[in-house]
Amino acid sequence: MGKPTGFLEFERKVEDYQSVAERLQHWHEFTEALPQTAVGEQGARCMDCGIPFCHWGCPVNNVIPEWNDLVYRGRWQEAIGVLHRTNNLPEITGRVCPAPCESSCVLGINDDPVSIKLIEKNIVERAFEEGWITPQPAAQATGKTVAVVGSGPAGLACAQQLARAGHAVTLFEKADRIGGLLRYGIPDFKLEKWVIDRRMAQMQAEGVIFKTGVNVGVDVSADVLKSSFDAVCLTGGAMKARDLQVPGRDLKGIHLAMVFLAQSNRRVAGDTIAEAEWIDAKGKHVVVIGGGDTGSDCVGTSNRQGAASVLQIELLPKPPEERDPTTPWPLWPNKLRTSSSHEEGCERLWSVNTIQAEGAQGRVTSLTLEEVSWSQVEGRWQMTPVAGSRRTVPADLVFLAMGFTQPVHEGLLSDLGVAFDGRNNVQVDETMMTSIPGVFAAGDMARGASLVVRAIADGRRAAKGIDTFLMGSSKLP
Amino acid sequence: MACLGLPPKSGLYDPSQEKDACGVGFVVDIQGRKSHELVRQGIEILVNLTHRGAVGADPRTGDGAGILLQLPHRFFRRELAAQHIELPEPGHYGVGQVFLPQDETVRARIEAIVAQVIAAEGQRLLAWRDVPVEPNAVGEVARSAMPVVRQVFVAAEGLEGEAFERKMYVIRKSIFRLTGEAFDGIPKGFHFSSMSANTIVYKGMLLAEQVDRFYPDLCDPAIESALALVHQRFSTNTFPTWDLAQPFRMIAHNGEINTVRGNKNWMNAREATLASPLFGDDLPKTFPIMREEASDSATFDNALEFLVMNGRSLPQAAMLMVPEAWESHTSMDPDQRSFYEFHAAVMEPWDGPAAIIFSDGTRVGGTLDRNGLRPARYIVTSDDRVILASEVGVLDVPPAQIKASGRLQPGKMLLIDTEQKRIIADEEVKRGIVERHPYRQWVQQTRIGLDDLGSAQRPEVLDDAALHLQQKVFGYSREDERIVLLPMATSGQEAIGSMGNDASLAVLSDQPQLLYGYFKQLFAQVTNPPIDPIREELVMSLTSILGLRPNLLSEDCDQVKRLWLKQPILTCEDLERIRAFAGHGFKAVTLKAIYPVAGGGAALTEALDRLCRLARKAIDVDGATVVILSDRGVDRDHAPIPALLAISAVHHDLVEGGLRTRAGLVVETGEARETGHFALLVGFGAEAINPWVALESLEGMARDGILPTEVSIADARARFVKAAGKGMLKIFSKMGISTLQSYCGAQIFEAIGINRSVIDRYFAGTASRVGGIDIEQIAQETAQRHGRAFAPTPGEPSDLLASGGQYAFRANGEFHQWNPETIHLLQHATRSGSYKTYKAYSAKVDDQSRKMATLRGLFELDLLPEAIPLDEVESAEIIAKRFCTGAMSFGSIGKEAHETLAIAMNRIGGRSNTGEGGEDPARFTPYPNGDSARSAIKQVASGRFGVTTHYLVNADELQIKVAQGAKPGEGGQLPGHKVDEIIARVRHSTPGVSLISPPPHHDIYSIEDLAQLIFDLKNVNPQAVISVKLVAEVGVGTVAAGVAKAHSDLIVIAGHDGGTGASPLTSIKHAGIPWEIGLAETQQTLVLNDLRSRVVVQTDGQLKTGYDVVVAALLGAEEYGFATSALIVEGCIMMRKCHLNTCPVGIATQDPRLRSRYNGSPDHVVNFFMFIAQEVREWMAHLGFRSMDEMIGRVDKLGMKKAVSHWKAKGVDLSAILAHPATFEGDKIRCTQKQDHGLEASLDNELIVEAEPALTGQIPVAIDMPIKNVHRSVGTMLAGEVTRRFGQRGLKEDTILVNLTGIGGQSFGAFNVDGVTLNLRGQANDYVGKGMSGGRIVVSPSPEAGYDPTTQIVVGNTLLYGATGGEAYFHGMAGERFAVRNSGALAVVEGTGDHGCEYMTGGVVVVLGPTGRNFAAGMSGGVAFVLNETGDFADRCNLAMVDLEPISDEADLLEEVDHQGGDLETHGLVEIDPLNDADARLLHQLVWRHHKYTGSRKAKAILERWQEWLPRFVKVMPIEYRRVLEQRQREEARRVAGEVQHG
Repeated sequence: MGKPTGFLEFERKVEDYQSVAERLQHWHEFTEALPQTAVGEQGARCMDCGIPFCHWGCPVNNVIPEWNDLVYRGRWQEAIGVLHRTNNLPEITGRVCPAPCESSCVLGINDDPVSIKLIEKNIVERAFEEGWITPQPAAQATGKTVAVVGSGPAGLACAQQLARAGHAVTLFEKADRIGGLLRYGIPDFKLEKWVIDRRMAQMQAEGVIFKTGVNVGVDVSADVLKSSFDAVCLTGGAMKARDLQVPGRDLKGIHLAMVFLAQSNRRVAGDTIAEAEWIDAKGKHVVVIGGGDTGSDCVGTSNRQGAASVLQIELLPKPPEERDPTTPWPLWPNKLRTSSSHEEGCERLWSVNTIQAEGAQGRVTSLTLEEVSWSQVEGRWQMTPVAGSRRTVPADLVFLAMGFTQPVHEGLLSDLGVAFDGRNNVQVDETMMTSIPGVFAAGDMARGASLVVRAIADGRRAAKGIDTFLMGSSKLP
Repeated sequence: MACLGLPPKSGLYDPSQEKDACGVGFVVDIQGRKSHELVRQGIEILVNLTHRGAVGADPRTGDGAGILLQLPHRFFRRELAAQHIELPEPGHYGVGQVFLPQDETVRARIEAIVAQVIAAEGQRLLAWRDVPVEPNAVGEVARSAMPVVRQVFVAAEGLEGEAFERKMYVIRKSIFRLTGEAFDGIPKGFHFSSMSANTIVYKGMLLAEQVDRFYPDLCDPAIESALALVHQRFSTNTFPTWDLAQPFRMIAHNGEINTVRGNKNWMNAREATLASPLFGDDLPKTFPIMREEASDSATFDNALEFLVMNGRSLPQAAMLMVPEAWESHTSMDPDQRSFYEFHAAVMEPWDGPAAIIFSDGTRVGGTLDRNGLRPARYIVTSDDRVILASEVGVLDVPPAQIKASGRLQPGKMLLIDTEQKRIIADEEVKRGIVERHPYRQWVQQTRIGLDDLGSAQRPEVLDDAALHLQQKVFGYSREDERIVLLPMATSGQEAIGSMGNDASLAVLSDQPQLLYGYFKQLFAQVTNPPIDPIREELVMSLTSILGLRPNLLSEDCDQVKRLWLKQPILTCEDLERIRAFAGHGFKAVTLKAIYPVAGGGAALTEALDRLCRLARKAIDVDGATVVILSDRGVDRDHAPIPALLAISAVHHDLVEGGLRTRAGLVVETGEARETGHFALLVGFGAEAINPWVALESLEGMARDGILPTEVSIADARARFVKAAGKGMLKIFSKMGISTLQSYCGAQIFEAIGINRSVIDRYFAGTASRVGGIDIEQIAQETAQRHGRAFAPTPGEPSDLLASGGQYAFRANGEFHQWNPETIHLLQHATRSGSYKTYKAYSAKVDDQSRKMATLRGLFELDLLPEAIPLDEVESAEIIAKRFCTGAMSFGSIGKEAHETLAIAMNRIGGRSNTGEGGEDPARFTPYPNGDSARSAIKQVASGRFGVTTHYLVNADELQIKVAQGAKPGEGGQLPGHKVDEIIARVRHSTPGVSLISPPPHHDIYSIEDLAQLIFDLKNVNPQAVISVKLVAEVGVGTVAAGVAKAHSDLIVIAGHDGGTGASPLTSIKHAGIPWEIGLAETQQTLVLNDLRSRVVVQTDGQLKTGYDVVVAALLGAEEYGFATSALIVEGCIMMRKCHLNTCPVGIATQDPRLRSRYNGSPDHVVNFFMFIAQEVREWMAHLGFRSMDEMIGRVDKLGMKKAVSHWKAKGVDLSAILAHPATFEGDKIRCTQKQDHGLEASLDNELIVEAEPALTGQIPVAIDMPIKNVHRSVGTMLAGEVTRRFGQRGLKEDTILVNLTGIGGQSFGAFNVDGVTLNLRGQANDYVGKGMSGGRIVVSPSPEAGYDPTTQIVVGNTLLYGATGGEAYFHGMAGERFAVRNSGALAVVEGTGDHGCEYMTGGVVVVLGPTGRNFAAGMSGGVAFVLNETGDFADRCNLAMVDLEPISDEADLLEEVDHQGGDLETHGLVEIDPLNDADARLLHQLVWRHHKYTGSRKAKAILERWQEWLPRFVKVMPIEYRRVLEQRQREEARRVAGEVQHG
């Protein structure tokens, strides 16, 4: 149980960042590793709660107290065993997860929570270094075939679980590399891409067949897919982004955030892209619309490209600095989050609505913004413009990072004929099966845009559902 | 009530649970002179023991009383002469005293059988005599079941002496058996009170005073006897049971045989193999030796009689059945030791508290259990009588006539032989017995130890892969390694945990459970005491003997080798050596206990049958004397038979086959790893266990680095075994059992969730009341574990065990009712005051309990189609007054958390509970804002911490905590680091010094003791409600009935799942049962006994919602306790680290850094209780009840959920819980009247009148009065009165001076306070100075007494228990447990029994004479000065926590003493400061005072030659206490030095 009094002796520590000046010079991850003894001390802060709320708060139910203890005791190899038991991709979550576990850490009630994410990342990185992470191929093949469509976190987790259960898994990816949003949505400075490749190598050794550049529904028809595999899992994400419906939207220089980020990642990866197609913030005034993580990634990317200024606006009001009483511990708190990208230089505005975009020669030059006020009417939030608050800000590039609305229905989904739920996501039952027997869905496609860690959880659940569907019962967790 | 005897088993009521206890006594003329006077004295003894008996609902019906006499020949000759029959000479005829049914035809048939048997046995039926009775002398209830009493006279034909007595025995047993056969069971009302040529028993369902009125014979001057043995019964029921009255044919018993289930089994097992030189072919006629349904005392009588009839002398038989604690008695005579050692293999001890008095007509005697848990005082008179009884003073004897005054000591015997006309002391009795045979030689010839077996190759250590496979087969989790094994292997102790068990019952759990999980440990409460296996280790024994048991009836040595094990856990090497050893009649055979897993339940059944067959064959055909059941050899196709199932099946089968005593049973199992598992295996018949996977796991843990490197594997193994042994002793001692041999096969468990089919077939005799899984599900659970081992989870490292989830929440592990969702919803609801959020919480809780957690979840309420209007239902404010918070001590939780609860409960008119730990008097005064932090309930627990008179009078309810849900039957310990300044002050102890709460209340070893404590508390605070807290287990209903008869006003039935600040994990998990069963059993039993109307019933144990309250109400509870849920409202998040003092939310901690994090508020707690009340109202509306009163006990509104589809729960049957024994009349099913405590008879009423000037004007008064033993708790009501008027400080010294002459009853001077001096000339009984807070008590014999007081007993057992102040002087010796848990009193005594100064934490004790064994056990504070005249005190002192030192001398003191020239009369009193006075000065002053108050000659002699005596004193100094005092002195010195510097 770690050290009983550890939480009273040690202070919370997380990885330091390189200075802003330094990290803006490159695209690499910029955290500075803590010595492993210090990580062990952080493990000692864990109180091994009778009810580990972290474990409950974690969507994959990582058994956090156990590996905290193991790390404190220096038993790293066992720690990776426990960690991998619940999470196929701890090297990903250890980097990009917003760590709801830490928000529900008991120590967080009146103190700084345990640095769970830090410990997770250290366990998995140490394990890779030591060569402890080896392929875990199934002892025997079941002879069943499964197609997983989409290689984001849900697809990866699902495919790995299925392969280990002995099924022949083919993972389809329409892009040229696997990883989905991990690859093209998250900038390298938060997640370097060799991390994905490293895991992919293990999965290949476990028998997963990766087929990139195959757009299922186009290159392979829905019917062919269904008839070629004993089961299918759809993990194509919720790719339909919310757009901005204002005058001037058509002007050049206004992009969906994901288009911008994907291109940037490709350029960082060394892909050749015609300069004319570059979306480059260098020397430009950038406005990011949308205050979430994607917006934040746009901020960081713009700054690395050398933007002249970055403004991020959000329609909703500014969250409180501390946990809002309506989301008390151990719930995911509504509070102001400031990311490393924000620290790198950006102005942030809340309660700001975009009225229109103005431009010259078909290119955007500015945006007209208006402040709004929020009030509750019969329990519903209503927005009212603040009179006289309109103003115009310079905008050479505008990135729309206002979230995603739903999966793309056209093509594969409609060809398969799966039913949708009230939010237009693919409807699934508790085993993650869609309305079509043998066809399962997981991740954002089934639940709407959400966290990587939820996608992993779903992918695992779908794998168990598929295994049960195919075999009658399942040994998968 | 027209029923006869005990009602049959119905609902949860089971007559086999009935208990009794009592007062016993005898008077004997040593010279054997028969007289009627002596008979009268016997009856007088009974009358003076009346308060130790009880009455039921009918005040004129007693629980039973009786008298055993020598056959009154003169009387019978006269009586039969009237029938024109001439009686033969004494010794040539026998008399049977028979109870016969009223039904004439039945009676005639029985009498015909009697005649027939007498004739068949070649004896002559002389006559029948109708015993005259006076039915109007007894109460209505007793009369309803009154038998016809007749005497049958049998003339001896060709036999005399013992041979004829044996014949009478054969006749009686034959009649009984034949009657049973003729009527298909013994007809109700038929009973032989006695049948002997020597003795006769008159007894019945009588009050003491009714005995001679009911039996006019006894008033006839012609009735004469030289001895009279009497018994006054206190039973736990009110049913008219004439035959259960005592004395029985040979004994009267006060106490309880805890191991009776096992004793019966073992005796039954022997029947087939017995061979009797004396009875020859007649032996089977005496079978069965005992009746299955007989009470423990009756069974004991049967067995003793059987041994005596087979030629053992009465004292020898008693030694065999109730051996002394010889195992660790180093100074015992070697021959005596060998006697016990040899007989240990012959018979397992009958264990439990016992004062047994016995007689065969010429000899009369008594003995006590090994721990001396019942009192027995005697006096010898100058006219050659010996009077022995539970109390002294039962016969008026002028002081001048008393020649000697003594007591029975633990395991010791007193015998009076009227033929030899002398008293035979213990050593002489025993010497005569132990020298009859060369037992030492016999033991040498037959006893072998493990070391004698030679060496053997141990099986190969499993490699990692093999180990992990086996671990998975046996269901090991990471928790098992980390939480169970690791602490055992590193510290030699079982793991400690905290908070209650909120995991699902095994039968409701979705996870496969080990079979052990379905069994709950039973524990002693009220009718017998648990034992402290640590502090009273000298009575405990783990010795186990493997091999052929000697014939019980032969007094010869069979020369067969038997293996003696010091403890039952065998290492793998040990087991191999046993397997390899053969010869000298010793042979071990191993049988495989595995089965083909695919075959399911059928295959398992078949494998068990086969195992039983093979075991019989191994013993009977192959001559095995050890049978090893082994689950090694599991593979892909074979799973282990659950070891508990295997052992119990084989054990029972061998008992049935009469083979059990011919071989020992060993279990070689991979399954067992917790102490609870080991105890279960032993309890169901295993004599040794090799937990091979647990031991192999230690190897694996060493390889993996889980074991700390400083612990070698050999150490780890040894510590594990040690921890297992200690843990087992703890479990045995919970039930008051001290030896493994008597625990073995005693089945002291209750099954929850096992089907009758499995119980009857494999666990016969075990209580199982709600049904559950059958053999199929047992196989299924085994198969699930097996499957996980052989088909592991894909992708998981094979060496990774499952996480577990039993002890901490795990998402995919065991379900816990307290989980992140329920906790955060409850906290949000109560903090925000949102009833809507509360409803979300309660929906979640009620739904989860329905699904898979609790029994109440399986209930369905009978709701009306349409609810009544809510505003017609009584208000939430009124309902909330029925709510209490649980007993959590200030100490286990912090000040803020404790006071929050008190304030909240006072706001809503409910009641909070101090818990065991006192209360700061500052809290007795309300705050200016009207809030009050005074806890309405003041708990009185075994440690009596902070239980001062002032505390007691500041209560609305005084709660006697008999047991606690999380660890019933166990004591507790507050480690020194938690005892800060303020806690120490409140608990009257020293900061930094550990505090130990004993497992038992040392003044409650028995039900009549509880009645006494209730009486004490009622006296000190007559306004307070007295409550008794019990924990649910089978039989709690009968205990509750006894408690109701002991005049408790309120009974709390706690569930097993209550919380704790620290407790062994196995106790949290495996002791006690859900409150639903315990409450229902209590309600049913109280209603059956017509006692329900006199007591309020409360329940607690993880109550969480309004639904829980409603279920509790319908099952019969009027009040409801909440503890865990209230803590959660305060901010608790079930860290389960209370025992580590690291509570991160500042509740269960004393660490100021953490306490500052506390964030609870009374407002939140009030919200919680008002929400609950509101929800209760809503349910009431749906049920159609307008008031709570209407709802209490309406079990007809509860039904079992119809559609239970859970694979295990579907076998559960709740009908026994839902049974109701009577109509739903309001005055029968809930409390409608007050108890009559009989306070008007207290002597204190007079004292208070006489003390009026002192009480009103503080004017000194002196009162002179006579006193008798029936005057109990003298001074207590007065003490309460003084405290109420003058507060804690009381009055000035000697303001009320009470001079008493005679014999003080129990609890003399209990809770005495400053200003009151009680000066008794005579003697006193048990519990003198109990809880004394101040003042002075002096007891010295009458100056006329004809003996040297120094060597004689003057006061009884358990003196100054929990005293916090005052002083006491006893001129003479005291009994056992002198100054137990003393925390402040100064006392001088001239000798003590065993366990002196046990658990003492403060004060000063001076012993001017010999002490018994185990002095200072658990003594953590205070000092004792012992006069070590014989120089062997160190051998009798328990040195675990104390050092012995010489008394530091002090020059000026000597000068001072010399200066006074030994003038003891003139020099004045000096204030005593125990902490700062030098030892010699302190001792001198106390001896001086002792002389001043008592006139002790011994004290005088010492004072006169002080310098000579001083070196003979030894100072007993607790090590921890000294350390703390020294530290304090250093700090003080530093402080003074600092002041000087800065000054």
